[in-house]
Amino acid sequence: MSGAIVRLLTCGSVDDGKSTLIGRLLVETDSIPHDTVGAARKVRRTGSTIPAGEIDFSLLTDGLEAEREQGITIDVAYRSMNLLDGKRLIISDAPGHEQYTRNMVVAASRADIALVLVDGVKGVRTQTRRHLTICSLMGVSRVIVAINKLDAVGFDQKVFNEISADISQTIDRLELKDVHIIPLSALSGDNVVYRSENMNWYSGETLIEAIQSWSKPVDLDAQGLMRIQMIARAENFRGVSGTVRRGSFSKGDEVTIFPSKQKAKISSIVTFNQESELAETDSAVTLVLTPEVDATRGDVIAQSAEDLQPSDRLAAHVVWLNEEPLIHSRSYLLVSGATTTPAIVTKIRYKIDVNTGEHISSDALQMNEIGDVEVATDIPVIMRPYTDSREFGNFILVDRLTLKTVGAGMIRHSLRRASNVSHQDYEITKAQRGALKSQKARVIWLTGLSGSGKSTIANALEQRLFASGAHAYVLDGDNLRLGLNMDLGFTPEDRAENVRRVSEVAKLMVDAGLIVITALVSPFEVDRQRAKSIFDDAEFLEVFVDTPVETCRLRDPKGLYKKSAAGEIPNFTGVGQDYEKPSAPDLHLDGTASVADNVEKIIKILL
Amino acid sequence: MSIKRRILKELENESIEILRETAVGFRKPVMMYSIGKDSTVLLHLARKAFYPAAIPFPLLHIDTTWKFKEMITFRDKVVAETNSNLIVHTNQAGVDANINPFTTGISEYTRVMKTVALREALDLHGFDAAIGGSRRDEEKSRAKERIFSVRDPGHRWNPREQRPELWNTYNTRLGPEQTMRVFPISDWTETDIWHYILQEGIEVNPLYFAKERPVVKRGDQLIMVDDDRYPLQDGETPFMKQVRFRTLGCYPLTAAVESNAHTIEDVVEEVLQVKLSERATRLIDGDNEDSMEKKKSEGYF
Repeated sequence: MSGAIVRLLTCGSVDDGKSTLIGRLLVETDSIPHDTVGAARKVRRTGSTIPAGEIDFSLLTDGLEAEREQGITIDVAYRSMNLLDGKRLIISDAPGHEQYTRNMVVAASRADIALVLVDGVKGVRTQTRRHLTICSLMGVSRVIVAINKLDAVGFDQKVFNEISADISQTIDRLELKDVHIIPLSALSGDNVVYRSENMNWYSGETLIEAIQSWSKPVDLDAQGLMRIQMIARAENFRGVSGTVRRGSFSKGDEVTIFPSKQKAKISSIVTFNQESELAETDSAVTLVLTPEVDATRGDVIAQSAEDLQPSDRLAAHVVWLNEEPLIHSRSYLLVSGATTTPAIVTKIRYKIDVNTGEHISSDALQMNEIGDVEVATDIPVIMRPYTDSREFGNFILVDRLTLKTVGAGMIRHSLRRASNVSHQDYEITKAQRGALKSQKARVIWLTGLSGSGKSTIANALEQRLFASGAHAYVLDGDNLRLGLNMDLGFTPEDRAENVRRVSEVAKLMVDAGLIVITALVSPFEVDRQRAKSIFDDAEFLEVFVDTPVETCRLRDPKGLYKKSAAGEIPNFTGVGQDYEKPSAPDLHLDGTASVADNVEKIIKILL
Repeated sequence: MSIKRRILKELENESIEILRETAVGFRKPVMMYSIGKDSTVLLHLARKAFYPAAIPFPLLHIDTTWKFKEMITFRDKVVAETNSNLIVHTNQAGVDANINPFTTGISEYTRVMKTVALREALDLHGFDAAIGGSRRDEEKSRAKERIFSVRDPGHRWNPREQRPELWNTYNTRLGPEQTMRVFPISDWTETDIWHYILQEGIEVNPLYFAKERPVVKRGDQLIMVDDDRYPLQDGETPFMKQVRFRTLGCYPLTAAVESNAHTIEDVVEEVLQVKLSERATRLIDGDNEDSMEKKKSEGYF
């Protein structure tokens, strides 16, 4: 890791003079094309008081159309400049308001240094503490606190000292190790690139010096670690490609491949220009292993045999990035390096108040909120605590339907080793069990509104199957709620857990060779999809009992619509909660047709 | 290793990782090849990323029929030398309707012959990811662009619906009819590109070097008369001038700069001194301040 490229996050808002500070940094290091600087002498924002002909530094860094009209940046913008020592600085600029915590988290995820702006006139504010909390959480290596606008308080040392003292408590609490506090003025250019002549009482670093003096922490003892990104195949050639994330690898090294624990030797390090002897930290390489081992994307190559056992239960911090809240028990896709696996958040231990660091109990995370959670993954993943390794300690959560990136995760520790509980294979297969009964085990998943006729169809179907000698069983939502699911209510979270449990029970019964008929409202598409995902192909038949809500209301077999109208059932599907119609059911039944007809339709696709 | 080399090495490592992720993350990726210096570097990086295997996706060139002749010659030479699989696509309906850079209007010409042509080509071949050589330093709206940037059905870019991108953990999943644009050299600057070309000894198009070329003057700008389709004014004859090009595109829309740069070293020297943003020589971006963002939202690269 050479550290020739330094990534800087700027935290603050337009009011703190952030755009002006970055603009000045760019101009004074000659990092902006001259025609762009020329434009910033002419163009003016509405209400700007900067005289024509002078540079409005703040104009140099703002981006998209609509945002410029509002006068604020609301996404993350990246900009490159050369430092005076020849290194490259990539500035990621994110807005500082609380509703944009997620943008700052994004920008902080790769930042080496964070520049936290404090308005010298206003002093330390809630947002300052929030910015420092995010820096700590995201593992930013150095924090520079810039006390700005000191020109407006007569470059008074007392102001600087008071603010420094005020902020040091937060810095200690957050255990931020490398913090530099600098008095400056972006507007008048004091202590940015040029040393201030107005603050002789300050002899510390200027902003650019504090940026340039940072160097990447190097761990000389670090053992080489690389995730396999892809397998490289050519004529008479097989190698593993990836980026070395920690330490380095040399030709001839003995390595272990996880999770299989196979041993091999690096027989060559292939690059385009020539064979190489060394694969350094951060280099994207292709290794040839001897003997040729059975490795695949997502496996990890380690220089030492240090234990890298995968885990499927993890404790982590999660920042929620999406408008729809995080719901525990709902299935998401977890992406960690080259591994993608379904995962659920099994527990939200508490959420963290981003302004004060306080722990607040909660069973959901809204956008911009940070939680301490427990995660269960379907496939065990190889991870390290985030504080040890940013690269091996991070993951993202992806919504299974919209495919948006909805959560950012930092591993705290593994909750248990996946290897402690391992899957036992049975000698008899479900195909054999089914064959004994002369049937193919399946699950017929009936979904639809309350009163749509699911239970009636389920019962009639079981009778019809029974008569023909097939072994079937009905799992009825209401019956299960009297026993197995008696602890669950009707919130989206509980409904997700209800569906999960029923699908797991159905899976056991299918494994036992039975034909399982479930009758559950199961209103949410993601939950149904997750249920489907645990079965083999063609084993799961989603049957949509489509009955207009008016008809259901008239039928009202359990009197629930009446109760709901009286306000007694807040989460009633079709009234207080939405029912998401299946987008591609295996069978779409008209719930107003006769039960016998509908049963025959199901029988037809079963055959 | 010099600091400059170390910077280039870090940039190269990141680009290679992104190219590999694209190769494994998508069903049918394609790499845009526009013949310019950025595409040339991108092609070089792709060769490195998959070596000793061949580049696992084809190249796509959108030919407006108005490219410099030397671009096409160079393209065919590079494709032969690197043994690449090249697809050339032209919007034939646009050609038939006589859409051209002179009488059509620049923005409509660009829309039909570049943006629509690109969308057509992606749909025709069913590509789900298109790798492009855009850089964040080129233009303001690109500064916020993701590395993996989702396009809605119809290839539309919705800047408000972009996925957050954290660490080096990329979300390459696509929904029905969504496609991805991938920008592996996002973090490179124009000077990095030239330094890298110099360091790696990559051959670039001769149009980047100064030479006596026939030009006419349009406003402040020098336009090379590359063939007899260029409409000259009454009594006008092109004159010879020693010029080169900072970017390559459609010849009637790409202004030349006077220059003495005959080697890559000269070009690097010149780029370091001029300090004008490179797109200043592109006529199509000058329509208005936010024209790039508008073009991008319609599907332009």
